[in-house]
Amino acid sequence: MTIGEYGLILVSTVLVNNFVLVKFLGLCPFMGVSRKLETATGMALATTFVLTLSSVCSYLVHAYILQPLDLVFLRTLSFILVIAVVVQFTEMVVHKTSPVLYKILGIYLPLITTNCAVLGVALLNVQANHGFLASAVYGFGASVGFSLVLVIFAAMRERLASADIPEPFRGQSIALITAGLMSMAFLGFDGWVRT
Amino acid sequence: MLIVVLVFGALATAFGALLGFAAIRFKVESDPLVDKIDALLPQTQCGQCGFAGCKPYATAMANGEADINQCPPGGESTILALADMLQKDAKPLNPENGAHSVKRVALIREPHCIGCTLCIQACPVDAILGAAKQMHTVISEECTGCDLCLPPCPVDCIDMIPVDVTIKNWKWPAPNQSTRPDTRSFAVSS
Repeated sequence: MTIGEYGLILVSTVLVNNFVLVKFLGLCPFMGVSRKLETATGMALATTFVLTLSSVCSYLVHAYILQPLDLVFLRTLSFILVIAVVVQFTEMVVHKTSPVLYKILGIYLPLITTNCAVLGVALLNVQANHGFLASAVYGFGASVGFSLVLVIFAAMRERLASADIPEPFRGQSIALITAGLMSMAFLGFDGWVRT
Repeated sequence: MLIVVLVFGALATAFGALLGFAAIRFKVESDPLVDKIDALLPQTQCGQCGFAGCKPYATAMANGEADINQCPPGGESTILALADMLQKDAKPLNPENGAHSVKRVALIREPHCIGCTLCIQACPVDAILGAAKQMHTVISEECTGCDLCLPPCPVDCIDMIPVDVTIKNWKWPAPNQSTRPDTRSFAVSS
Protein backbone atom coordinates (compact mmCIF):
# COMPACT_ATOMS: atom_id res chain seq x y z
CA MET A 1 0.00 0.00 0.00
CA THR A 2 1.14 3.51 -0.73
CA ILE A 3 1.01 6.46 1.63
CA GLY A 4 -1.89 7.80 -0.36
CA GLU A 5 -3.91 4.71 0.39
CA TYR A 6 -3.20 5.03 4.11
CA GLY A 7 -4.33 8.64 3.90
CA LEU A 8 -7.44 7.45 2.15
CA ILE A 9 -8.17 4.99 4.96
CA LEU A 10 -7.72 7.78 7.48
CA VAL A 11 -10.06 10.23 5.74
CA SER A 12 -12.50 7.45 5.07
CA THR A 13 -12.77 6.35 8.70
CA VAL A 14 -12.70 9.82 10.24
CA LEU A 15 -15.26 11.51 8.03
CA VAL A 16 -16.88 9.41 5.35
CA ASN A 17 -17.49 6.15 7.19
CA ASN A 18 -17.54 7.66 10.64
CA PHE A 19 -18.01 4.86 13.15
CA VAL A 20 -20.58 6.60 15.26
CA LEU A 21 -22.68 8.55 12.80
CA VAL A 22 -22.51 6.36 9.71
CA LYS A 23 -21.79 2.86 10.97
CA PHE A 24 -23.67 3.40 14.26
CA LEU A 25 -21.07 1.71 16.43
CA GLY A 26 -20.04 2.90 19.88
CA LEU A 27 -23.30 4.68 20.52
CA CYS A 28 -23.39 3.95 24.25
CA PRO A 29 -20.40 6.14 25.18
CA PHE A 30 -21.56 8.60 22.53
CA MET A 31 -24.82 9.12 24.42
CA GLY A 32 -23.48 8.30 27.87
CA VAL A 33 -20.45 10.53 28.39
CA SER A 34 -21.33 13.46 26.17
CA ARG A 35 -23.07 15.52 28.83
CA LYS A 36 -19.93 17.50 29.60
CA LEU A 37 -17.12 18.55 27.31
CA GLU A 38 -14.54 17.62 29.93
CA THR A 39 -15.60 14.01 30.32
CA ALA A 40 -16.09 13.70 26.58
CA THR A 41 -12.50 14.78 25.98
CA GLY A 42 -11.23 12.26 28.54
CA MET A 43 -13.26 9.49 26.97
CA ALA A 44 -12.10 10.48 23.50
CA LEU A 45 -8.43 10.37 24.49
CA ALA A 46 -8.76 7.02 26.26
CA THR A 47 -10.66 5.51 23.34
CA THR A 48 -8.10 6.72 20.80
CA PHE A 49 -5.37 5.06 22.78
CA VAL A 50 -7.13 1.75 23.35
CA LEU A 51 -8.70 1.47 19.90
CA THR A 52 -5.41 1.85 18.06
CA LEU A 53 -3.65 -0.58 20.35
CA SER A 54 -6.38 -3.21 20.35
CA SER A 55 -6.76 -2.95 16.59
CA VAL A 56 -3.08 -3.83 16.17
CA CYS A 57 -3.17 -6.60 18.79
CA SER A 58 -6.28 -8.14 17.29
CA TYR A 59 -4.59 -8.15 13.90
CA LEU A 60 -1.56 -9.91 15.38
CA VAL A 61 -3.68 -12.56 17.06
CA HIS A 62 -5.68 -13.07 13.89
CA ALA A 63 -2.74 -13.23 11.51
CA TYR A 64 -0.32 -15.27 13.62
CA ILE A 65 -2.54 -17.51 15.74
CA LEU A 66 -6.00 -17.90 14.27
CA GLN A 67 -5.20 -17.96 10.57
CA PRO A 68 -2.34 -20.51 10.62
CA LEU A 69 -4.40 -22.83 12.82
CA ASP A 70 -7.51 -22.41 10.71
CA LEU A 71 -9.53 -21.09 13.64
CA VAL A 72 -10.78 -17.92 11.99
CA PHE A 73 -14.36 -18.70 13.00
CA LEU A 74 -13.35 -18.01 16.61
CA ARG A 75 -12.23 -14.46 15.95
CA THR A 76 -15.09 -12.72 17.79
CA LEU A 77 -14.35 -14.64 20.97
CA SER A 78 -10.61 -14.14 20.78
CA PHE A 79 -10.93 -10.45 19.92
CA ILE A 80 -13.07 -9.85 22.99
CA LEU A 81 -10.38 -11.56 25.05
CA VAL A 82 -7.64 -9.48 23.43
CA ILE A 83 -9.51 -6.21 23.94
CA ALA A 84 -10.20 -6.96 27.60
CA VAL A 85 -6.55 -7.82 28.20
CA VAL A 86 -5.28 -4.76 26.33
CA VAL A 87 -7.55 -2.47 28.32
CA GLN A 88 -6.57 -4.02 31.65
CA PHE A 89 -2.89 -3.97 30.83
CA THR A 90 -3.04 -0.37 29.61
CA GLU A 91 -4.80 0.69 32.78
CA MET A 92 -2.13 -0.89 34.98
CA VAL A 93 0.76 0.56 33.00
CA VAL A 94 -0.74 4.04 32.86
CA HIS A 95 -1.56 3.92 36.57
CA LYS A 96 2.06 3.12 37.35
CA THR A 97 3.90 5.25 34.86
CA SER A 98 1.80 8.39 34.54
CA PRO A 99 -0.44 9.43 37.42
CA VAL A 100 -1.43 12.58 35.52
CA LEU A 101 -2.63 10.63 32.49
CA TYR A 102 -4.34 8.16 34.80
CA LYS A 103 -6.25 10.98 36.43
CA ILE A 104 -7.50 12.13 33.03
CA LEU A 105 -8.26 8.71 31.53
CA GLY A 106 -8.62 6.60 34.67
CA ILE A 107 -12.32 5.95 34.98
CA TYR A 108 -12.92 5.78 31.25
CA LEU A 109 -10.39 3.05 30.51
CA PRO A 110 -12.40 0.11 31.92
CA LEU A 111 -15.54 1.44 30.23
CA ILE A 112 -13.95 1.03 26.81
CA THR A 113 -13.90 -2.76 27.14
CA THR A 114 -17.58 -2.76 26.32
CA ASN A 115 -17.39 -0.17 23.56
CA CYS A 116 -18.67 -1.97 20.48
CA ALA A 117 -16.66 0.27 18.17
CA VAL A 118 -13.49 -1.41 19.49
CA LEU A 119 -14.69 -4.87 18.56
CA GLY A 120 -16.20 -3.49 15.36
CA VAL A 121 -12.86 -2.10 14.22
CA ALA A 122 -11.11 -5.40 14.91
CA LEU A 123 -13.70 -7.37 12.97
CA LEU A 124 -13.84 -4.91 10.08
CA ASN A 125 -10.06 -5.07 9.81
CA VAL A 126 -10.33 -8.79 9.22
CA GLN A 127 -13.17 -8.36 6.78
CA ALA A 128 -11.27 -5.80 4.72
CA ASN A 129 -8.05 -7.90 4.75
CA HIS A 130 -6.01 -5.05 6.20
CA GLY A 131 -2.30 -5.56 6.83
CA PHE A 132 -0.49 -4.63 10.03
CA LEU A 133 -0.01 -0.94 9.28
CA ALA A 134 -3.39 -0.61 7.62
CA SER A 135 -5.01 -2.07 10.74
CA ALA A 136 -3.23 0.47 12.90
CA VAL A 137 -4.25 3.36 10.63
CA TYR A 138 -7.81 2.07 10.43
CA GLY A 139 -8.05 1.79 14.22
CA PHE A 140 -6.51 5.21 14.70
CA GLY A 141 -8.78 6.78 12.10
CA ALA A 142 -11.84 5.18 13.65
CA SER A 143 -10.93 6.52 17.07
CA VAL A 144 -10.17 10.00 15.75
CA GLY A 145 -13.56 9.99 14.06
CA PHE A 146 -15.17 8.83 17.28
CA SER A 147 -13.36 11.53 19.28
CA LEU A 148 -14.27 14.26 16.81
CA VAL A 149 -17.94 13.42 16.85
CA LEU A 150 -18.03 12.89 20.61
CA VAL A 151 -16.45 16.26 21.35
CA ILE A 152 -18.68 18.10 18.84
CA PHE A 153 -21.73 16.40 20.29
CA ALA A 154 -20.72 17.18 23.88
CA ALA A 155 -20.24 20.84 23.01
CA MET A 156 -23.72 20.95 21.50
CA ARG A 157 -25.27 19.18 24.46
CA GLU A 158 -23.71 21.69 26.85
CA ARG A 159 -25.51 24.41 24.93
CA LEU A 160 -28.70 22.38 24.74
CA ALA A 161 -28.71 22.07 28.52
CA SER A 162 -29.50 25.75 28.88
CA ALA A 163 -31.61 26.10 25.74
CA ASP A 164 -35.35 26.62 25.86
CA ILE A 165 -36.52 23.25 24.57
CA PRO A 166 -40.21 22.25 24.42
CA GLU A 167 -41.10 20.05 27.37
CA PRO A 168 -41.63 16.71 25.52
CA PHE A 169 -38.22 16.94 23.81
CA ARG A 170 -36.09 17.60 26.87
CA GLY A 171 -33.29 15.29 27.96
CA GLN A 172 -32.43 12.22 25.93
CA SER A 173 -34.92 12.86 23.16
CA ILE A 174 -33.37 16.13 22.04
CA ALA A 175 -29.96 14.47 22.31
CA LEU A 176 -31.07 11.67 20.01
CA ILE A 177 -32.60 14.14 17.56
CA THR A 178 -29.34 16.11 17.58
CA ALA A 179 -27.38 12.93 16.95
CA GLY A 180 -29.68 12.12 14.04
CA LEU A 181 -29.17 15.57 12.52
CA MET A 182 -25.41 15.21 12.95
CA SER A 183 -25.59 11.85 11.24
CA MET A 184 -27.42 13.41 8.32
CA ALA A 185 -24.80 16.15 8.13
CA PHE A 186 -22.04 13.53 8.01
CA LEU A 187 -23.86 11.80 5.18
CA GLY A 188 -22.77 14.82 3.15
CA PHE A 189 -19.30 13.27 3.03
CA ASP A 190 -20.70 10.18 1.35
CA GLY A 191 -19.06 9.36 -1.93
CA TRP A 192 -15.80 11.21 -1.19
CA VAL A 193 -13.93 7.98 -0.74
CA ARG A 194 -14.93 4.56 -1.92
CA THR A 195 -13.99 1.86 0.54
CA MET B 1 -12.22 -29.43 18.59
CA LEU B 2 -9.25 -30.32 20.71
CA ILE B 3 -7.12 -27.69 19.02
CA VAL B 4 -9.69 -25.02 19.84
CA VAL B 5 -9.52 -25.93 23.51
CA LEU B 6 -5.74 -26.04 23.40
CA VAL B 7 -5.33 -22.74 21.57
CA PHE B 8 -7.77 -20.90 23.79
CA GLY B 9 -6.32 -22.49 26.88
CA ALA B 10 -2.89 -21.32 25.80
CA LEU B 11 -4.13 -17.85 24.89
CA ALA B 12 -5.97 -17.44 28.17
CA THR B 13 -2.97 -18.70 30.14
CA ALA B 14 -0.63 -16.36 28.29
CA PHE B 15 -2.89 -13.36 28.81
CA GLY B 16 -3.50 -14.31 32.42
CA ALA B 17 0.22 -14.58 33.01
CA LEU B 18 0.75 -11.22 31.33
CA LEU B 19 -1.85 -9.55 33.53
CA GLY B 20 -0.58 -11.30 36.62
CA PHE B 21 2.93 -10.14 35.85
CA ALA B 22 1.69 -6.62 35.18
CA ALA B 23 -0.25 -6.59 38.45
CA ILE B 24 3.00 -7.25 40.34
CA ARG B 25 5.36 -5.29 38.13
CA PHE B 26 3.19 -2.19 37.91
CA LYS B 27 1.78 -2.31 41.39
CA VAL B 28 0.86 1.09 42.79
CA GLU B 29 1.05 1.46 46.51
CA SER B 30 -1.54 3.72 47.95
CA ASP B 31 0.13 6.05 50.38
CA PRO B 32 -0.17 4.46 53.84
CA LEU B 33 1.17 7.63 55.46
CA VAL B 34 -1.92 9.61 54.48
CA ASP B 35 -4.21 7.07 56.15
CA LYS B 36 -2.08 7.04 59.28
CA ILE B 37 -2.10 10.83 59.54
CA ASP B 38 -5.81 10.90 58.79
CA ALA B 39 -6.42 8.53 61.70
CA LEU B 40 -4.83 11.05 64.09
CA LEU B 41 -7.02 13.94 63.00
CA PRO B 42 -10.29 14.54 64.84
CA GLN B 43 -12.47 14.05 61.70
CA THR B 44 -14.54 17.14 62.35
CA GLN B 45 -14.26 18.00 58.63
CA CYS B 46 -14.45 21.62 59.75
CA GLY B 47 -12.00 23.02 57.22
CA GLN B 48 -10.34 25.36 59.71
CA CYS B 49 -6.95 24.09 58.53
CA GLY B 50 -7.63 25.66 55.14
CA PHE B 51 -8.24 22.33 53.40
CA ALA B 52 -11.54 20.82 52.36
CA GLY B 53 -11.54 18.26 55.18
CA CYS B 54 -9.38 16.04 57.31
CA LYS B 55 -8.24 13.75 54.51
CA PRO B 56 -7.06 16.56 52.20
CA TYR B 57 -5.17 18.08 55.13
CA ALA B 58 -3.60 14.68 55.86
CA THR B 59 -2.58 14.37 52.20
CA ALA B 60 -1.05 17.84 52.25
CA MET B 61 0.91 17.00 55.40
CA ALA B 62 2.14 13.75 53.89
CA ASN B 63 3.38 15.68 50.86
CA GLY B 64 5.03 18.25 53.11
CA GLU B 65 2.80 21.03 51.82
CA ALA B 66 1.14 21.83 55.14
CA ASP B 67 2.39 22.33 58.65
CA ILE B 68 1.29 20.15 61.53
CA ASN B 69 -0.12 22.96 63.65
CA GLN B 70 -3.23 23.87 61.68
CA CYS B 71 -5.89 21.78 63.38
CA PRO B 72 -7.73 23.74 66.09
CA PRO B 73 -10.26 21.01 67.04
CA GLY B 74 -7.43 18.55 67.57
CA GLY B 75 -5.52 20.96 69.72
CA GLU B 76 -2.20 20.29 71.32
CA SER B 77 -2.62 16.54 71.66
CA THR B 78 -3.09 16.16 67.90
CA ILE B 79 -0.06 18.32 67.21
CA LEU B 80 2.03 16.22 69.57
CA ALA B 81 0.85 12.99 67.98
CA LEU B 82 1.53 14.36 64.50
CA ALA B 83 4.97 15.63 65.52
CA ASP B 84 5.72 12.21 66.92
CA MET B 85 4.69 10.39 63.76
CA LEU B 86 6.22 12.76 61.22
CA GLN B 87 9.31 13.28 63.38
CA LYS B 88 9.00 17.02 63.39
CA ASP B 89 9.24 19.43 66.28
CA ALA B 90 5.97 20.13 68.00
CA LYS B 91 4.89 23.74 67.82
CA PRO B 92 1.95 25.71 69.18
CA LEU B 93 -1.27 25.89 67.24
CA ASN B 94 -1.19 28.39 64.41
CA PRO B 95 -3.47 31.24 65.60
CA GLU B 96 -4.47 31.96 61.99
CA ASN B 97 -6.42 28.73 61.94
CA GLY B 98 -8.31 29.39 65.16
CA ALA B 99 -8.10 28.49 68.80
CA HIS B 100 -8.57 25.17 70.48
CA SER B 101 -11.58 25.00 72.74
CA VAL B 102 -13.29 22.34 74.74
CA LYS B 103 -15.49 19.97 72.82
CA ARG B 104 -18.77 21.60 71.93
CA VAL B 105 -21.90 20.54 70.10
CA ALA B 106 -24.40 22.60 68.19
CA LEU B 107 -27.88 23.08 69.62
CA ILE B 108 -30.73 24.55 67.62
CA ARG B 109 -33.13 26.78 69.54
CA GLU B 110 -36.10 25.03 68.12
CA PRO B 111 -38.85 27.67 68.54
CA HIS B 112 -36.79 30.06 66.43
CA CYS B 113 -35.90 27.64 63.62
CA ILE B 114 -37.68 28.56 60.39
CA GLY B 115 -36.78 25.36 58.58
CA CYS B 116 -34.61 26.88 55.86
CA THR B 117 -32.30 23.80 55.58
CA LEU B 118 -29.22 26.02 55.18
CA CYS B 119 -27.49 24.51 58.20
CA ILE B 120 -28.23 21.00 56.90
CA GLN B 121 -26.36 21.81 53.73
CA ALA B 122 -23.46 23.28 55.67
CA CYS B 123 -23.01 20.34 58.04
CA PRO B 124 -20.00 18.28 56.90
CA VAL B 125 -21.02 15.17 58.85
CA ASP B 126 -24.79 15.17 58.22
CA ALA B 127 -25.56 15.60 61.90
CA ILE B 128 -28.54 17.91 61.38
CA LEU B 129 -31.94 16.44 60.80
CA GLY B 130 -34.88 18.25 59.22
CA ALA B 131 -36.74 19.14 56.07
CA ALA B 132 -37.80 22.33 54.31
CA LYS B 133 -40.18 24.40 56.48
CA GLN B 134 -39.87 21.81 59.24
CA MET B 135 -37.97 22.37 62.45
CA HIS B 136 -34.39 21.08 62.38
CA THR B 137 -32.51 19.40 65.17
CA VAL B 138 -28.95 18.31 65.81
CA ILE B 139 -27.98 14.71 66.43
CA SER B 140 -25.60 15.51 69.24
CA GLU B 141 -23.71 12.20 69.08
CA GLU B 142 -22.80 12.94 65.47
CA CYS B 143 -22.00 16.63 65.91
CA THR B 144 -18.27 17.38 65.74
CA GLY B 145 -18.59 20.96 66.98
CA CYS B 146 -17.08 22.45 63.83
CA ASP B 147 -19.14 25.70 63.90
CA LEU B 148 -19.82 25.50 60.16
CA CYS B 149 -23.59 25.65 60.67
CA LEU B 150 -23.45 28.99 62.51
CA PRO B 151 -22.76 31.42 59.62
CA PRO B 152 -25.48 30.18 57.22
CA CYS B 153 -28.28 30.35 59.82
CA PRO B 154 -30.43 33.39 58.88
CA VAL B 155 -32.04 33.69 62.33
CA ASP B 156 -28.98 32.85 64.44
CA CYS B 157 -30.79 30.16 66.35
CA ILE B 158 -27.83 27.78 66.70
CA ASP B 159 -25.80 27.81 69.90
CA MET B 160 -22.57 25.99 70.54
CA ILE B 161 -22.87 24.27 73.91
CA PRO B 162 -19.77 23.00 75.67
CA VAL B 163 -20.08 19.32 76.43
CA ASP B 164 -20.02 18.75 80.15
CA VAL B 165 -17.78 15.94 81.19
CA THR B 166 -19.87 13.45 83.08
CA ILE B 167 -19.05 10.09 84.59
CA LYS B 168 -20.44 8.49 81.44
CA ASN B 169 -18.35 10.28 78.85
CA TRP B 170 -15.16 11.01 80.78
CA LYS B 171 -12.16 9.17 79.40
CA TRP B 172 -8.68 8.66 80.67
CA PRO B 173 -6.25 10.87 78.82
CA ALA B 174 -4.57 8.86 76.09
CA PRO B 175 -0.96 7.84 76.81
CA ASN B 176 1.72 10.38 75.84
CA GLN B 177 -0.85 13.10 75.75
CA SER B 178 -0.50 14.08 79.40
CA THR B 179 -0.02 17.69 78.40
CA ARG B 180 -3.58 17.93 77.16
CA PRO B 181 -4.96 20.61 79.43
CA ASP B 182 -8.71 20.28 79.28
CA THR B 183 -9.22 16.60 80.03
CA ARG B 184 -6.62 16.75 82.76
CA SER B 185 -8.29 19.55 84.62
CA PHE B 186 -11.67 17.86 84.36
CA ALA B 187 -10.18 14.66 85.58
CA VAL B 188 -8.85 16.36 88.67
CA SER B 189 -11.89 18.44 89.43
CA SER B 190 -14.44 15.68 88.96
